[in-house]
Formats: sequence, structure tokens, C-alpha cells
Amino acid sequence: MGSETAYSQRAIGASLGRPLSYVARVMNVIFLGATKGMGRALARRLAQRGDRLVLLGRDRGDLEKSCGDLAADGAAPAGFASCDLGARETFSPALDEALRLLGGRADLVVVTAGRFATQDKLEADSELCHDVLDVDFTGTVLFCEEARKRLLSQGGGTLCVFSSVAGERGRKPVVLYGAAKAGLTRYLEGLDHRYRSEGLKVVTVKPGFVRTGLTAGLKSPPFAGEPDDVAARVLRAIDRGSPVVYAPFAWGPIMAVIRGLPRFVMRRIGF
Amino acid sequence: MEMISGWGRIPAPGRQTLSEDLERATEGAVLCRGLGRSYGDSAIPPASSPEVVTTVLADRILSFDLETGYLRAEAGVSIEQLNRRLLPHGVFVPVTPGTQFVTLGGAVAADVHGKNHHVKGCFGDHVRSLKMRIADGRLVNAEPDGENQDLFWATVGGMGVTGHILEVEVAMRHIPSPWITTESTRVNDIDGYIDELKDGAARFPYTFGWIDCLSRGKNLGRGTLLAGDWADPAVAPKHYPKPKQRITMPFELPTWVLGRASVQAFNFANYWRHLPRKMHGIQHWETFFYPLDMVREWNRMYGKRGFTQYQCVLPDSVGRGAARRVLEMLTERGGASFLCVIKDCGPENRGLLSFPMKGVSIALDIAVRDDTQALVDALNEKVIDEGGRIYLAKDQFTRREHFEEMEKRRLPAFIEARAKWDPKRRIRSAQSVRLLGDR
Repeated sequence: MGSETAYSQRAIGASLGRPLSYVARVMNVIFLGATKGMGRALARRLAQRGDRLVLLGRDRGDLEKSCGDLAADGAAPAGFASCDLGARETFSPALDEALRLLGGRADLVVVTAGRFATQDKLEADSELCHDVLDVDFTGTVLFCEEARKRLLSQGGGTLCVFSSVAGERGRKPVVLYGAAKAGLTRYLEGLDHRYRSEGLKVVTVKPGFVRTGLTAGLKSPPFAGEPDDVAARVLRAIDRGSPVVYAPFAWGPIMAVIRGLPRFVMRRIGF
Repeated sequence: MEMISGWGRIPAPGRQTLSEDLERATEGAVLCRGLGRSYGDSAIPPASSPEVVTTVLADRILSFDLETGYLRAEAGVSIEQLNRRLLPHGVFVPVTPGTQFVTLGGAVAADVHGKNHHVKGCFGDHVRSLKMRIADGRLVNAEPDGENQDLFWATVGGMGVTGHILEVEVAMRHIPSPWITTESTRVNDIDGYIDELKDGAARFPYTFGWIDCLSRGKNLGRGTLLAGDWADPAVAPKHYPKPKQRITMPFELPTWVLGRASVQAFNFANYWRHLPRKMHGIQHWETFFYPLDMVREWNRMYGKRGFTQYQCVLPDSVGRGAARRVLEMLTERGGASFLCVIKDCGPENRGLLSFPMKGVSIALDIAVRDDTQALVDALNEKVIDEGGRIYLAKDQFTRREHFEEMEKRRLPAFIEARAKWDPKRRIRSAQSVRLLGDR
């Protein structure tokens, strides 16, 4: 197997597009949302370069499947623990269990989990609306608070959270979902301002339209992205500690334009 | 109504449901679809129930053992993903078709074959177990020599109408290096071609060839034959092959572009590019296995009306003249085929409707014109005369009576298996409506 191993190391270096020396330090990662969509793609990239993951999520069977997937061509996850953004009593036990599995230290906490429903559905079903607002804002913020405390107590680390371009501007198709994400974005921005000097780096990811199970059934707009392209951009942002990243790239300039549009235009367009 | 089509881009009504959770999505579903690379209507739902579950989001490897090579994965994972993730570890799929953009579920349903069919058989020959949702809603396992083996061999090559494939376990193979040593040969005519194919097959695990379907007379079926094997690490380049850049065909070409003259020019250039009779080299694995994958959406080349591929296998038992007779018929009708691929096949497997049999397989692209149905009918009648059969993964035009004639030996067993596992024929496709008389 000698020559095959040599090939394999080079390939891992090549797939990251940078020298192997960068990858030397293995990160301990706590990942909420690695079983689906963009989280799945990002977790794969982390495992492929050798980082040690603990997966958090709702469904143990699903977590087990994702552990198998990550172990196939990357570092096998250290384990998994149950955690549900809709049930705040699960946050502390899940994070403590994850830290225990990682030997007491985490370098990175990633949150890609969240809920989505179309504006029409949210308007029609107030129960659903409550759940989406609760998970995407209250649940996510409270989870981040628990993660923040633990990262700060060990001297810092990186917190990478997926918000959305939906929170950039009040827009017709995402009034409710966008409101939750806008709140989340502001919280993450404030967190970064307050604690960066103490070693806590907050990376806010604002994905545009990405083709995943979350958006299945919706019509793809132009510049729709693929999960793995998003993962590549986010990984670079994590390594650099960039506070904000739009993914795919095109959504940065697009949202800059949207933010600059006057109200009378926003009232007319359907975007 | 939303439209859906196979790779040949002939549209039909249909809507795709995407889900990461196949167990849930297949409850009550009529048909599953992978990456939609079957050319015809195999992955198109029946008009009576126009909804199909698309599996591509279910793309997890569930377990992989580097020692044994055994891999278990969700049905939506593509061979492209397996190659990208596992080739760096010295592992490759045991059998691959000419595109890597197929899902495992699709590979089983079509029982795909590749350039190594003469030594390794079809994809289904390497599958160890399937997890399926059958028509009555139950989840069952099917194995080649154990539990539910009748279901297994009906499903391998069964084009997705025996049950929904949720998980696939397959034996991957270890390779010595990620490079291919190749030998290519220029061949003057179709009979010489068949001899060269048999000769190459004896020396190489991978063989196939391109032939020129327009030249007539003594040049009929001239072309180039490519043979290869995984390179020994001693002769392979020391670096890992860089992933190939892909371009995308940005728009449909007008239908006249791929006319007789341009195809002739292409064939001429392709043939005479190969000036020495034999050439040797080392190739990138993607160049060797998947030349057409370099251009995404190349099917737009055939223009608005779309195209079909006609692929048949002609048994060795009728003698080597069979390929010549089929090509003669094609050139007489002036069917300009841009792509014509020829390959010798090994023995047929236990798959009740699996395509290959001991003989020679010929595949040609046919742009849709007014006379396409008549051309396919004529080809089918010729193939029936020669004792051959067609590949369902490519087909959209074959008539039911022709299909029944070709498959008269094997079809009763398939119908019996289906009657056992899906007596009401709930799981069905546009193709099974056309060829098996489903509703």
C-alpha cells in the first residue's frame, strides 16, 4: 500500500489547493447540522483534511449514517450527541458530551442547522411560523451563547454560524424567515465585536440560493450555488477568521445592490 | 405541467421530488430517478402518475472498508463522487459506464457495463446487497445468492420497476496507481475491427472503440480501438492526476450543425489523427473512461428535437458478419451518427433483463428526425434477425412487439418476478408503460 498512501496524501493536499503545511494542525470541531445540505458538504471537507468532528443533531440514526460517510475518506468522527435547536434543554448536555468526546477542547463550533418554509406557508400556519422563528432565532442564539461560554473559558476559538442573505433586507418572499435571520446576523455581528479581542472569532455565513434538500421544490434563480462550492468558501473563511462570508461569491455584490435599492423599488419588485 | 426528459432531451410531463431521506420519499412513490443519464424514458414517470423521486441528495457513503473494498452507500451517490473521494485512496468502482454522472441506484437498475465487461461483467455482478422499498411498502434486503435473490436479479437490469433501491453495497476494487496505460490501434474495416477487439480483449482488461458509420464499402466500420489497464506504479507519473476542468455546452446547436458533412469531417480527422497503426501512452483516468464528461450538457449538441441512442448487442453465435450487416443497413439509410462505439461483451449474467451477452455491442447516437421511428424499427428487425437485443437504458422508440420478440426467452421470468413483488404493477415508468403494457 506504500505508493497508494503517498498518492492519497498528495491528493488531499491538492484538493485543498494549498500546501500541506497549512493542514498540519488538526482542529477539534463541534458540528450542529452536518447531516444535511451545506453542513454535509462542509463536514466532509473538514474530515477530509483530517479534522476531528463530533456531530450534533436530532436523529441518532441519521447522525450515525453521516459518521460513516465522513469516515469513508476522512478522519472518523469522534462521535455524536443529540441536540435539537427547538429544545434548549439539549444544548448544554450536547456541548458537554461533545467536549468530553474531543478530550476537553474544541477549536471550532459550526452551526448549519436551521429551518425554512416559504412565506406563503408561514403566513398560513402560525404554529409552523412560531417553530421556524424559534429555531432560527431564539434556539440558534441560545445555542451560540452556550458555545460562546465554553469557547471563551478555554481561551477562545472560532464560532461559524450559517445565517442567510434573507436577513439583509426586508424582501417579499422572505418576510418572516428573513426577520429571524436578520436578528441572528445582528447577534453574531455584535458577538464578534464584543469578544474578538478575547480570542473568539465569529464567522457569519450568508448563503444565497443553494440547491439542497431545504430548497428542493423551489425554482432555482440565476446564481444558484452547489453545497460543495459553498463549503469550500466557508472553509477558507474559517481558516482566515473572516467575520462575514457570502456564498456563492456572486451573492455578495447582488446583496450590495439590493441593500442600496430605495423602498419604492423594493415595494414593486418580487425579489 | 412541468416537463422532464432523459439524456436524449425528448420531453414528457413529469415532476421531480428531491429528498435527502429516501426511506420517507419512496413511500407510495411510483418511480425513482437518479442523475437522468438514461437516454430515453426509463426515468420518466408514467403519464398516469407524473411524479418521480429524484435520489441525488441521498449521497452518503454509509460504510467503507479500505481492506476489503466493501462499500455501502445511499442510492443517490454518483460514481463521480465515489471516484473523487476514493480514488485518492487507491480504490475505483469495479465497473463504470462511459459517464461518471450516474448514481449507484441507476447503475444497478440499468445493470451498467463498461470497457471491462469481457473480464468483469456488469455492475450488478459486484453488488453484494440492496436495500429496497417494494410496492407493498415494506423495506427488504435482496442479495445475489441469499435473501430474496429472485428480487435481486429482477432488479439488476430491471430499470427501476421492481422496487425502489435505497441502499447499495458493492465491492470496490484496489488499483495499483491512478493512471492508465493505453494501446490504441487504427483499424481499416469492421471485420478487422472485430478481430482486433477479440485480440485486445485477451490482453487488456479495458477495451472499446470508435467507428466511422458513414464510410461505405471496404472502409465500412473503420476506426480506432482503445485498450488500457491501470498503470504499474513503476511506469505511472509520480503525481496524483489533477481533476480535469470541464466546460459547459452553453446552448443548443441548430440541428443542421451535426449533419452528414460535419460528422464525416470529424470521423476523417479522428481516423487519420492516428497515423501509426499502433500507439502507446499513459492517460489520465478521466480522459480514458469519461471523454464525454469533459463537456457538461453535451446533449444540447443535438439541438431542439433531441436525440436517441441505439445500442444493441449481437451474439457471437451468429458469426462475426452480424456487425457488418447491421452497419451496412445503417449506412444504406444514411443515418449520420456522430458517435458510434463498439465493444465486445462477455457472457450474460443472471440479471433477468440485463443487457449484455457474449457478442459485440454497437451504440450509435441518432438525432431525432421525422424518420427516427422508422429507422429504429428497421434496426430492431435486423437485430431480431441476428438474435440480438437492445439496451433499455438507451431506448425510447422500440415497439412492444419488437421488445417481446427480442426477449422472448427471458421476459416470462421477469414478468413472473414482478407479479410476485408488485402484483398491481404500482411501480412503473413511461418505459414500462411502453414496453410492458403498464398503465
